[in-house]
Amino acid sequence: MSVQNEAGRQETVAPTASAPAIELRGISKAFGPVQANKDISISVAKGSIHGIIGENGAGKSTLMSILYGFYKADAGQILINGQEVNITDSQEAIAAGIGMVFQHFKLVENFTVLENVILGAEDGGLLKPSLAKARKLLKQLSDEYELSVDPDALIEDLSVGHQQRVEILKALYRQADILILDEPTGVLTPAEADHLFRILEGLKKEGKTIIMITHKLREIMEITDTVSVMRRGEMTATVKTAETSPEELAELMVGRKVLLRVDKKPATPGAPVIKIENLEVVDEQGVRRVKGIDLTVHQGEILGICGVAGNGQTELLEVLGGYQNGTGKILMNGQEIDLSGKHSNGQTRRARGIAHVPEDRHDEGLILEFQAWENMVFGYHHDPKYQKNALLMDNAGIKAMTQVSMDKFDVRPPNPKLEAKSFSGGNQQKIVLAREIERNPDLLLIGQPTRGVDIGAIEFIHQQIVALRDEGKAILLVSVELDEIMSLSDRIVVMFDGQIMGERLPSETNEGELGLLMAGITDEEKAQ
Amino acid sequence: MNKMPKWADAVLIPLISILLAFFFSGLVIWAIGKDPVVAIKTMVQGAFGSTSGISYTLYYATNFIFTGLAVAVAYHARLFNIGGEGQAMLGGLGVTLVCLAVPWPHWMLALPAAMIGGALFGAAWAFIPAWLQAKRGSHIVITTIMFNYIGAALLGYLLTKVLKVPGSMLTESARFPEGAHLPNFSEILAPFGINFSPNAPANMAFFVALLCTFLFWILIWKTRLGYEIRAYGQSETAAKYAGINPSRIVIIAMLISGGLAGLMAINNVMGEAERLIDNAVEGAGFIGIAVALMGRNHPIGILLAALLFGFLYQGGAELSFWESIPRELVVVIQALVIMFTGALDNMVRMPLEKLFVALGKNKKKEA
Repeated sequence: MSVQNEAGRQETVAPTASAPAIELRGISKAFGPVQANKDISISVAKGSIHGIIGENGAGKSTLMSILYGFYKADAGQILINGQEVNITDSQEAIAAGIGMVFQHFKLVENFTVLENVILGAEDGGLLKPSLAKARKLLKQLSDEYELSVDPDALIEDLSVGHQQRVEILKALYRQADILILDEPTGVLTPAEADHLFRILEGLKKEGKTIIMITHKLREIMEITDTVSVMRRGEMTATVKTAETSPEELAELMVGRKVLLRVDKKPATPGAPVIKIENLEVVDEQGVRRVKGIDLTVHQGEILGICGVAGNGQTELLEVLGGYQNGTGKILMNGQEIDLSGKHSNGQTRRARGIAHVPEDRHDEGLILEFQAWENMVFGYHHDPKYQKNALLMDNAGIKAMTQVSMDKFDVRPPNPKLEAKSFSGGNQQKIVLAREIERNPDLLLIGQPTRGVDIGAIEFIHQQIVALRDEGKAILLVSVELDEIMSLSDRIVVMFDGQIMGERLPSETNEGELGLLMAGITDEEKAQ
Repeated sequence: MNKMPKWADAVLIPLISILLAFFFSGLVIWAIGKDPVVAIKTMVQGAFGSTSGISYTLYYATNFIFTGLAVAVAYHARLFNIGGEGQAMLGGLGVTLVCLAVPWPHWMLALPAAMIGGALFGAAWAFIPAWLQAKRGSHIVITTIMFNYIGAALLGYLLTKVLKVPGSMLTESARFPEGAHLPNFSEILAPFGINFSPNAPANMAFFVALLCTFLFWILIWKTRLGYEIRAYGQSETAAKYAGINPSRIVIIAMLISGGLAGLMAINNVMGEAERLIDNAVEGAGFIGIAVALMGRNHPIGILLAALLFGFLYQGGAELSFWESIPRELVVVIQALVIMFTGALDNMVRMPLEKLFVALGKNKKKEA
């Protein structure tokens, strides 16, 4: 294993300016029979940005949790600035100068920015002095690093990008020299991500050390100085970013060559399958989520809808899937669909040839406690072919069918009697995909097809979607991953605030233009 | 990555839990100056030592099977039906009305009719909370508890004002006709030449309970309705995605649950008392919660748990009778069993899982 270490020669010496900011030696951690981390050693130079990349379950988060004191390593040493430390809880991690920005922010929603920043780091029983101190520091930091946030705003009123800045400010307020970010761009628009990267560059210039965990190869290439690849609990390589390529990293992550680009022929769209006219959705809270949308998806084409999460895409899918009421007019194969009322539900939609791979496979697409075979007919369980007689379901037949589907879609392990929760994210998604595609639908709704799915499975899932298109089916794809939208779609529609901001062809647009549309900025506004 | 073999999960953990519960019960008995060994002997002797004891144990167990299944059916839809008590009371009313309606010629005719009456009344009593939950979002735990009280008050009123035999001092209904008498174990077993205590309460209803246990298994794991109930119970959002109507499942699951609780009346009202008396259910509705919990909502588990609680009830009664151990202490023993098997499950599970992991590792090393 090649460990890149610029200051390696001095590693046993007492703290010096050139000792690595963090060095891990032989870290191992097992959860029961699962070896989450196996003899991991890395060293991160001071004032650098180090990326850690790996598939889900590769052990990235475990490693960082050990560093932050959530878990105790079974073996190994942690050295900060050349000195061995023993971190048993987050307080000690903070004392050692480590700050962590979690994927899911740990902020009190109804507190102000200032209150959140000092939370747990108050100087005394009275808040006023701490708040004043924090206010001064926040002012200074926002000038230095473009970390501007309104100190008196409530967290719940802030955008996700701003909330993330508060997390970074929290760490800096606690005088963190080492900043760990876990999947920081997962919830950001491209513009927000760019801003974050500028902030990180600024911090790096000030001598802070940054560790970024991500599964996005593009970001690794863009911002990091060095990158470590993890696979199945092991550190498979650490390389200089400038000396590697996305293809090489992907191969190191998965352990075989991976096709990063989607290989597809030009689309040959046919007749319209679904025609949506002036669709409106008002949710249970009375908020207008979808504001008069017109869309058409044709046979043999993939229509990609991109947008930052929470701009009405979810509700659009739910209405089409039959479990959210809407108003407007939808024609499926020329016949109108009942959008609300007694006959508007998932069963009737499926009967009309609409299959749906929902955005959230844990809460919607699967029953995690159910075995694979029970999930394989979920939503189609009324189909007469799955009934043994008037009373009983044909459990044996369903199991046999599941076995065939699992083999066809390469679900591993191919065991119909395993509970859905015991499969990895990618294999869970393959189960959902197999269920929906095997019903030979006219229209496939598919939301976030590769969220939380490892690279190897992404390749397979994309191939399946394209194959379905080539069979002449219509596909409505919703994804927050711009890469995915760009590479899969035949047409792209951008949604913002429940409305369609514009339509583009992937060949005639770029991520910058889409990013602006996703932020609600139209061409006219830009021109002003 | 299976941590524990299935048999350990299903058998070993409850067994250890029960032993722990008995150990601590023994400590309590010892602390009040009685001999725990004598106490346990008395309980076992009282519950299983005579045909009369066995009969009482089975009689109680029959009640608990019905109420345990009732709680479990609702629980598979993630509904906590605390109203088994009230539903069983109303079931008693249904059975009584059916039995008193006609001069039944034979129990074979009376039993099916009484079953329908009991189940219907129990289901009706569960329907109102179910409807309120499904359509109005009123929490079913609160409403079912309230309906226990309303049920008790309603029955009290009916017994004193309507069903009471004129001129009688007792708040109870008229005795059921002879043709509505369910054969007890003595009468059932006599043709086989087996002598059984003639005055003990276990009766035909026990076999109905066994049949219901089997039907419960079919319903939950073999039918589409059971599939939808379980799906809804695991995830309401997923159920909606699949086109399952949540209100429909809530109402149907509660109707079945209430119906099962109501069926209990063929045991205590029709089989034993042969008339409707005040407080006929005697808390069996609540014991059903413990039985379902301990039996992990599985029919076999419920059957075994019901037998265990039948033993605790009967043995406990003997204990207070012969050993002058107060009745309240018997309740303490029952509480310990519920606590160890239900609430403290993880206390036994975690060390056991670790043990099995360690054993697994050793085996690998040897191999």
